[in-house]
Amino acid sequence: MLAWTIYISFLGAAALALMPKAGARIVRAIALLTSIAGLVLSIVQAFRFVPGQLLTVAHVIWIPSLGINYYLAADGISLTLLILNGIVAVAGVFFSWNVEQRPATFFALYLTLIGAVYGVFLSFDLFLFFVFYELAIIPKYFLIAIWGSTRREYAAMKLALYSFAGSAMVLIGIIAVFVQGGEKTMNIVVLAHSAFSLHFQMWVFPLIFLGFGILAGLWPFHTWAPTGHAAAPTAASMLLAGVVMKLGAYGCLRVAIMLFPRGLEPWGFHVLGLGSWRALFSALAVIGIVYGATVALVQKDFKFVIGYSSVSHMGFVLLGLLTLSQIGLGGAVLQMFSHGIIAGLLFAVVGRMVYDRAHTRVLSELGPMHLARVVPFAAFTFVIAAMASIGMPGFSGFVAELEILIGAWRSFPLTAVLAGIGILVSIAFTWRALDKAFFADATGANAAASPLPGISLPERLGAAVLIIATVAVGLYPRSLLDLILPAFNSPLFEGLRKGFGQ
Amino acid sequence: MNPGTPLELLRLTLPEIVVAFSGLIALTLDLTAMQRRQLAIRWRVGAIVACVGPAVAILLLVMRPEQASLFEGMLVVNSISQLLQIVLAGFTIFAVLLSIPSEFTSHVGEYLGIVLFASAAMMVLVSTQNLLVIFASLELLSLSLYVLTGFDKRSRQSAEAALKYFLFGGMAAAFFLFGISLLYGLSGSIELKEIAGAISAHGLTPMLAVALVMTVTGLGFKVAAAPFHLWAPDAYQGAPTPSAAYIASASKIASFFLFAMVITLGFTAGASHNWHAPVLIGLIAAISMVLGNLAAIVQSSVRRLLAYSAIGHAGYMLLGIVSNNTPGLSSLLYYVITYALATIGAFGVLAAVEKQSIDRLADFAGLSRRSPWLSFCMMIFLLSLAGIPPLAGFFGKFYIFSAAIASDEKWLWLVILAIAMSAVSLYYYLRVLKQIYVKDSSADASRIETTFAMRATVGLIAALVVVLGCFPNLLLGWIDAALRVMPR
Amino acid sequence: MNGFPWISLLTLTPFAGAILILLLAGKNRNIARSIAFASGGVALILTLLLWSLFNSGSGVLQFQEQHAWIPALAVAYHVGVDGLGLLMLLLSAIVVLMSIAASWSCRQHGSLYFVLVLLLETGLFGTFTALNFVHWFFFWELGLIPAFFLIRLWGGRLRASAAMQFFVYTMVGSVALLLAFLAIYLATGKFDFIELAQLAHNGQLAPELANVLHWAHWTAAEIADCVFWAAFLGFAVKIPIVPFHSWLPAAYDEAPSGTTMLLTGAMSKMGLYGVLRILVPIFPEQMRNGLNLLLWLAVASIILSAFIAWAQTDLKRIFAYSSVNHLGYCVLGILVALKSTGGSLATEKSAALDGAFLQIFNHALIAATLFWFIALIEKRSGGLRGLNDFGGLRKVAPVFCGLMGIALFSSLGLPGLNGFPGEFLIFKGAFPLVAWATALSVIGLLITAVFLLILIERVFFGPVNDRWLAFPDLSTRERILLFPSLALMFVLGIYPQILVGMFNSTVVHLVSQMGS
Repeated sequence: MLAWTIYISFLGAAALALMPKAGARIVRAIALLTSIAGLVLSIVQAFRFVPGQLLTVAHVIWIPSLGINYYLAADGISLTLLILNGIVAVAGVFFSWNVEQRPATFFALYLTLIGAVYGVFLSFDLFLFFVFYELAIIPKYFLIAIWGSTRREYAAMKLALYSFAGSAMVLIGIIAVFVQGGEKTMNIVVLAHSAFSLHFQMWVFPLIFLGFGILAGLWPFHTWAPTGHAAAPTAASMLLAGVVMKLGAYGCLRVAIMLFPRGLEPWGFHVLGLGSWRALFSALAVIGIVYGATVALVQKDFKFVIGYSSVSHMGFVLLGLLTLSQIGLGGAVLQMFSHGIIAGLLFAVVGRMVYDRAHTRVLSELGPMHLARVVPFAAFTFVIAAMASIGMPGFSGFVAELEILIGAWRSFPLTAVLAGIGILVSIAFTWRALDKAFFADATGANAAASPLPGISLPERLGAAVLIIATVAVGLYPRSLLDLILPAFNSPLFEGLRKGFGQ
Repeated sequence: MNPGTPLELLRLTLPEIVVAFSGLIALTLDLTAMQRRQLAIRWRVGAIVACVGPAVAILLLVMRPEQASLFEGMLVVNSISQLLQIVLAGFTIFAVLLSIPSEFTSHVGEYLGIVLFASAAMMVLVSTQNLLVIFASLELLSLSLYVLTGFDKRSRQSAEAALKYFLFGGMAAAFFLFGISLLYGLSGSIELKEIAGAISAHGLTPMLAVALVMTVTGLGFKVAAAPFHLWAPDAYQGAPTPSAAYIASASKIASFFLFAMVITLGFTAGASHNWHAPVLIGLIAAISMVLGNLAAIVQSSVRRLLAYSAIGHAGYMLLGIVSNNTPGLSSLLYYVITYALATIGAFGVLAAVEKQSIDRLADFAGLSRRSPWLSFCMMIFLLSLAGIPPLAGFFGKFYIFSAAIASDEKWLWLVILAIAMSAVSLYYYLRVLKQIYVKDSSADASRIETTFAMRATVGLIAALVVVLGCFPNLLLGWIDAALRVMPR
Repeated sequence: MNGFPWISLLTLTPFAGAILILLLAGKNRNIARSIAFASGGVALILTLLLWSLFNSGSGVLQFQEQHAWIPALAVAYHVGVDGLGLLMLLLSAIVVLMSIAASWSCRQHGSLYFVLVLLLETGLFGTFTALNFVHWFFFWELGLIPAFFLIRLWGGRLRASAAMQFFVYTMVGSVALLLAFLAIYLATGKFDFIELAQLAHNGQLAPELANVLHWAHWTAAEIADCVFWAAFLGFAVKIPIVPFHSWLPAAYDEAPSGTTMLLTGAMSKMGLYGVLRILVPIFPEQMRNGLNLLLWLAVASIILSAFIAWAQTDLKRIFAYSSVNHLGYCVLGILVALKSTGGSLATEKSAALDGAFLQIFNHALIAATLFWFIALIEKRSGGLRGLNDFGGLRKVAPVFCGLMGIALFSSLGLPGLNGFPGEFLIFKGAFPLVAWATALSVIGLLITAVFLLILIERVFFGPVNDRWLAFPDLSTRERILLFPSLALMFVLGIYPQILVGMFNSTVVHLVSQMGS
């Protein structure tokens, strides 16, 4: 049944593509219904799911001569991310309610992207995984290049090329697995049990991790993220930060770490004090956390602040993954979910509620507009989002970052302290942006010069969906942790457990 | 070895004969009965006649699977040659359909006749393992293509392209002839398998090295691999669009199959220690990929861009020959067929757009508004060329790369280079798509009028690209089955 | 274990009030004010009810509720109160009500203001009842956000930087605290304060920390010290203790007076509560190791802030620094009780702690009242509140000056008023334990007396400034609103036993936890 999340999205996209002249109202209705259907399917399935098992969704022989199957399955991690994708998709439609330029094409691309993301999260065949992964690149490009803002063509191209470069690395890795793995199969479950040689894992792991890491915003390959996020139309930035970056992180987990755990073992020598890929990538992740936050602190463009914050928060995800402990990995997956929701909310406020009304994103120009008074709902939403973003207890981000920090304490105490500093800086930049954009003091006569249009119902609904999600998970993290954590006890992660004893 | 009888020869070459014959009919009909009709009608009638031949040939091939080798490899009919003949006949139909109604010439009969002759030549080319027949059919094909390139008498560009193509082609033919004459001298045979047996006895002699280089040069010219690619950009740009489409697709398939046959059967068959041919080809592949893809980035003409990208693709496809085993050949065939599909489709769209303007990148601005259907198809073609799943080009790349590494780990560097270059290629394909979808059209650009046949053909090709991408096994299963029964 | 969820009910009361305001009041501040006052009142009544049900003979936690929350992380919803918690609940409920009353007629304090105040109260109640770190931290931070916005939106001229400073300082502390507790969790797998205190009591905490965190070959004791100081930072910023106080003057100064009442009356007590509930039971050894340094910090807080207050000319700043000074006594009272005495002097320790507890409550009451008076002055003077802006107010507004005088003298520690018993008990208990610190702290007492008397002289006495001839005296409504707190000052000054009876058993329990 879960496979229908993919099919429904693609069917919706195809329907919209076939009626490019349809009225905006019908188009929106189709897009909304499609994305809600996807969300409902994922949630229903999550309720029925028995934690710890692997739910086979579809298993059909596809290309027999290469041992490639159409194999869709889900464990707790996939389900968590499916729900995330569903939520962000629904909210994204709400926040795209005002797209008037070629709406059918817009939503067709949008749904294609959503469908591809569902596909990635469900694929348990490496080839299929890669197919969906790459499929997601093109809609992103067009969404940004056609409907974007500041330097959209440049940003879109940069995003596409970075993604493609990353996936090229992954492709090399996948081909190597296929050719040298000994098993003529792409089945992830089978591959997880096959013992690749240490030497092989040592070079395939970094290749694949880096390839996926580019999309996850791994420093210093993150530069596509801020420009891409800033240029993208609201729904696209929500998806980019919300789910597309998660594709990268998910790939790091599902392919790099799960299949090649021995690639994380020590090299046997030290370079700059780093003795393994694990240490190296952890260092990069922490640099990303601190760097992203620090750069966000000095941005003038509101959307860039959020863009860099994504880099910083994704650093937490990667750090959590590299702790290799159940708690850190669980935290990383939870952080993927949490950041997906929160980044969606932040971009919704900045892109839709603020920019579409004020037509500027420069913090110093937003200040005199008294947005807190003119559009109080936007201010309210942003305050909630900001609190969630800085890891206030009670929001989903707190539990996630808590788990990651615990995991990091255990593995690399220094990174935990640095990540703590990163949190501080992120508090500072979030609060600075909040302050400058919404609560800047009155300066002169231009106060309330032009009343801005009020917040529409779809925006309220979209914000409500996201806020409820982050608060619900924040107050009752078990709802997701009970899905996520048992997944790490499944046989799939046996290699990891053996290597880094739990 | 079956000595063969003339009757059997006739029976086995019936598809080729049908195709050639329908070419003659199209020619005669146009020159006699149709001469006074309107050009558009002449195109339509001629095209119908010209399609009948290949269609009948396909029917014959599908209904009568044969397995034979006559006259010491002069005619080798087996499942793989039949597969290729079906494909080539199919591409001929596409090329004919895309050419109506063209305005570049009033010599409809001659044009269609030559297309069909070329088609027949290719069909012979893929079903022989005899160097003499190879050379003869290759020359027939080449001459046809030279003429097709220069068919637009009113265009100086076309004439120039034809002349260049002819000069380079003539030179390459000379190299090839020299190469095979050396081979004959070395082995005393013109049959590929016997040559292989003879030369694998002694290693790499200087004479053999010269023969190898000469042969590869000649073949490299046919497949437009760097550094023998110089004719390609001009020919792609100057030739009338249907001719260019045909040159870029069908002749590519035939040439690559020939290349693979000559190398795998003639030079390296059964002797894995004969590493020299693959290394030489690997080098050519590397040069082609780098040069083709990098040069494509700076092009402002879409046709030249496609030409350089074709050089790059030739580089990838040579990997299939480098692998030098069955999966390699299988992946090569899959790749070249899907590549040819995407290319002929792209040229089809070009033909439609060029009715209004030339092929500068800027002329594509806002095409999505002027012709949504063609734009959508163009996107599929270009993305398939770029290797984006789930389109056919992606699986082709994946398969050919993995086959190369699987054959020998030493090709890892080549595969990495290829993958890196295909990442580069996305950039220039996206540049075209950016014009189509992102840019607004200039004020004077109007809606593009296309015939139903054109839209349907392009749409059919696009559908094929998608279907073969989603279900590669449709083609791959066929190829693998054919290769399995092919005696090696 | 899980009886009637009194405490959850109490915590949710102001939250429900906030929601009600959002739903019902809209832009009508009268309705908002009424709802706020009503829910504050209900909260106070619930607290008193809790007190009446409370078994003051027992020092253990009562009304406990415990539910699993995130089992994977050993996080539970675990609440309960002892005498300390109840004292805190009581003072929060009272101070919040006073703050709402003080904002009664401030027109610019709209519905949102009251919503934030009630949210802050939720945070306070939650903090004072939580027994699991994560859950406690949730409320600890929850209180911060409304406080930030109260300053940011309704503060004075420099509110932007003041609010930001307040926020960032506190957050630095919070993150240090968080990291410390993560280390503890990592070592023990526990977040529960009670269980952790038990571990510490058995002397297992430091070795377990050392087991897990082997940094740079430090010894177990050094690692435990390090963790302790990180946690200490979190509380030191909140109280604040010199030298972590530098956010305070700006925040107290710029915040609207109603908010300053909350900041000093209730939020600073969050820090002291944290020290008593968390640091003392979990890190007694480590505190003892650093006792001298800690004592110096406390003494510095007392003396330096007194001197700085003397040098101020802004009434609000004077009271701000005087708050630091008064909180310093509390810290002193807590610290001296940790002095290693080998089992003797337990009575003195109890006395010092009793004093500290009393001082916590009394300071809340006094400081809140004083800032309320500042609010009244500001309202009358149009924002002026300099020490030298006034003069002779006694003549034009005798009732005003009389009542404010009571509060001032109480702050000064005049016997018979509530400021006295706490300070007296602290000094009485502290002197035999740590004579030098106590002796030094006496200087603080003297200076406090000096600057408060100067204040009285400059503002109330002297020639009448012509500008203030029309200075209105207290209205009837203001008198009625102020009456309960002033009455309480007398009651507690004369009969402090009401409160001491409530928390005495807890103090005894605490002294036993501290070890000898």
